[in-house]
Amino acid sequence: MAEKHTLSCLVENQFGVLARVAGLISARGFNIDSLTVSATEDPTVSRMTIVVDADAQKLEQVKRQLSRLIDVIDVSELKSGEFLDRELLLVRLNGANREAVLKTVESVGAKVADTAANSLVIEAMGDTKRMDELVEKLRPHGIQQLVRTGRIALPRPAAG
Amino acid sequence: MPKLKGAQILVECLKREGVDVVFGIPGGANLPTFDALYNSTIKVILTVHEQGASHMADGYARATGKVGVCLATSGPGATNLVTGIATACMDSIPMVALTGQVRTSVIGNDAFQEADTIGVTRPVTKHSYLVKDVKDMARMVREAFYIARTGRPGPVLIDLPVDSTVNETEFVYPDKVDIRGYRIQANPPVDPAAIRKAAEAISASTRPILYAGAGVMHSGAWAELAELARAARIPVTTSLLGLGGFPETDPLSLGMLGMHGFEYTNYAVAEADLLIGVGARFDDRVTGKPDEFARKAKKIHIDVDPSSINKTVMVDFPVVGDVKQVLRELIKQVKPPQTAEWLKTIEELRRKHPLVYTEKHKILPQYIIQQISEATKGNAVVATGVGQHQMWAAQFYQFNHPRSLITSGGLGTMGFGLPAAIGAQFGRPKDIVWDIDGDGSFQMTSQELATAAHNRLPIKIAIMNNQHHGMVRQWQDLFYEGRHAQSRLNPVDFVKLAEANGCVGIRVEKKADVRAAIERALQVTDRPTVLEFMVEEREDCWPMIAPGKAHDQMLGTYESLKDKGGAPQHRHLNPDEEAKLSLG
Repeated sequence: MAEKHTLSCLVENQFGVLARVAGLISARGFNIDSLTVSATEDPTVSRMTIVVDADAQKLEQVKRQLSRLIDVIDVSELKSGEFLDRELLLVRLNGANREAVLKTVESVGAKVADTAANSLVIEAMGDTKRMDELVEKLRPHGIQQLVRTGRIALPRPAAG
Repeated sequence: MPKLKGAQILVECLKREGVDVVFGIPGGANLPTFDALYNSTIKVILTVHEQGASHMADGYARATGKVGVCLATSGPGATNLVTGIATACMDSIPMVALTGQVRTSVIGNDAFQEADTIGVTRPVTKHSYLVKDVKDMARMVREAFYIARTGRPGPVLIDLPVDSTVNETEFVYPDKVDIRGYRIQANPPVDPAAIRKAAEAISASTRPILYAGAGVMHSGAWAELAELARAARIPVTTSLLGLGGFPETDPLSLGMLGMHGFEYTNYAVAEADLLIGVGARFDDRVTGKPDEFARKAKKIHIDVDPSSINKTVMVDFPVVGDVKQVLRELIKQVKPPQTAEWLKTIEELRRKHPLVYTEKHKILPQYIIQQISEATKGNAVVATGVGQHQMWAAQFYQFNHPRSLITSGGLGTMGFGLPAAIGAQFGRPKDIVWDIDGDGSFQMTSQELATAAHNRLPIKIAIMNNQHHGMVRQWQDLFYEGRHAQSRLNPVDFVKLAEANGCVGIRVEKKADVRAAIERALQVTDRPTVLEFMVEEREDCWPMIAPGKAHDQMLGTYESLKDKGGAPQHRHLNPDEEAKLSLG
């Protein structure tokens, strides 16, 4: 059964790597939910955090195929509960009922990033689940535009 | 230290990799490379079409085990290589493809003869390099060859912008290769526990079968395979690409399994209690319906590539590692299982379900291939195209040596035969090289006759001329109620085509003339010979597992054909000799 999986790949920091990784995943018909590429503590290495929809057996294949790419140094699957994840969210809301909006924003621990005459932009950070919940709470206020960074994640240290 | 041009550095690197021949065509963007090769010791073979160059490099690699090299210019030169690169990728063939590219300053500008070669070839290469700076040339070429031939081999492309080949730098050859994302793949560690479990499973089995694939060739493990099979008395079947990995003269040989494999072999696989996959990837042409494949058997899968394991068929005992290394360990640990009864059962299956064909008016391709096999005593290198003739070659030629069958398995590339035979002949100048081809396949690359003739290669090309895309026609008869949509070919005079290209051309229309024509071709030593056999137009290739069906549900069985005048063809050994070699 298809479900969401988070893959964390360490890759060479050079051109063409993203195309190889994305091409491999899309060639097998998987939809990429989100993909972030970012710097790491080592400037020659980048980390890709990929969230895909796939059943367990196919995902195992994708992991092995990713490991086959020469530019991929390491692939690991981050299992539920074993990692910390964060996303950054920006939402432009209708500014008509500003007071009600600010109340909601405060109650969910978000911040106002920018204000304009008829709208305001809210920023928030948290794990994917929390961001999903936040969006639902803000929706009644009239979402004009929304953007999320996609998931970044780090494994938690093993217990003990 | 003196400075060298990028193209000179490339040539120096090729020499250090042991490259003795390069196949290709010059053009605007690769002229510096051709110029550097002009005064080198490396032989450069001009082909008619770049596709030919890529298949020649492939045929050379399959025949020798060395890395084959092809060279094309930018744009159309590079895109013409793609079919050959994809063919090599599907069959894990070590190849380095060198392509010219427009200057780095105009890449992406739609310059004349520009194509995004790296992008176009990404899904069909093991890896690729764009040399943006001449300073990277030596390292990238070194790495490309290393990646092409290690681990699970495959094609690597190096895209060479003009400036990377004309700019100068000091030539420093890297002492060693260290690619951090490739260390494990190049030499995967073998898990001793996995080997122990596999050895125990073999020792405990009563109806085991070894199923060997191309990995036996890539790893150079044919001696180990034979040692294990003979010591433990386990019969051996092979995939198409595994043919030659185990001598078919050996009574333990079951020949090829799968869609057009032998009836008795497929029945044996269906009855086995243990299937030992050795460097084979459980391709759909082998397994038929994956859930039904060898359903009574536990499965061991030995493969250098972890992504091959559990890809199509779930296995019980995966063993990741180099096939040769793993087989050596198994030889030490396996206690020979009790297979006497099993071998008797297989012997009965073999007698009851031989190959079969029925004489008709025109010559039968099966007979021709039997005659080629006899005339060459199974010692030739045989290239093929793709289609019925390819399957008949797999069934009726007796492959006794590794690297003796040169055929496109995974991609199924028609037109592969002639250029691959040319590449094989360059790699093995002393061996007899045949191209067993169909008229449809042959015409896809027949222009390379000129390349073979110009280089005085004594290749023998046997065209089974049935004036059809024969396998297509067979499927149309089986699954499309006989509607022969575009499967009938336009007639061509292959004797004239041969002669126009400086080859010997012989047409054979009678069965009685077949052997004499083959013998005559074998006497020609200074040019190619084209034998055009006018064969039965509607002969079907049997037996056959229809797509998605199980191994014990075959069409065109001996039982179904013998009453229609079908004569049994005991292929491995003649029946009298077979009786002497008791398998029990």
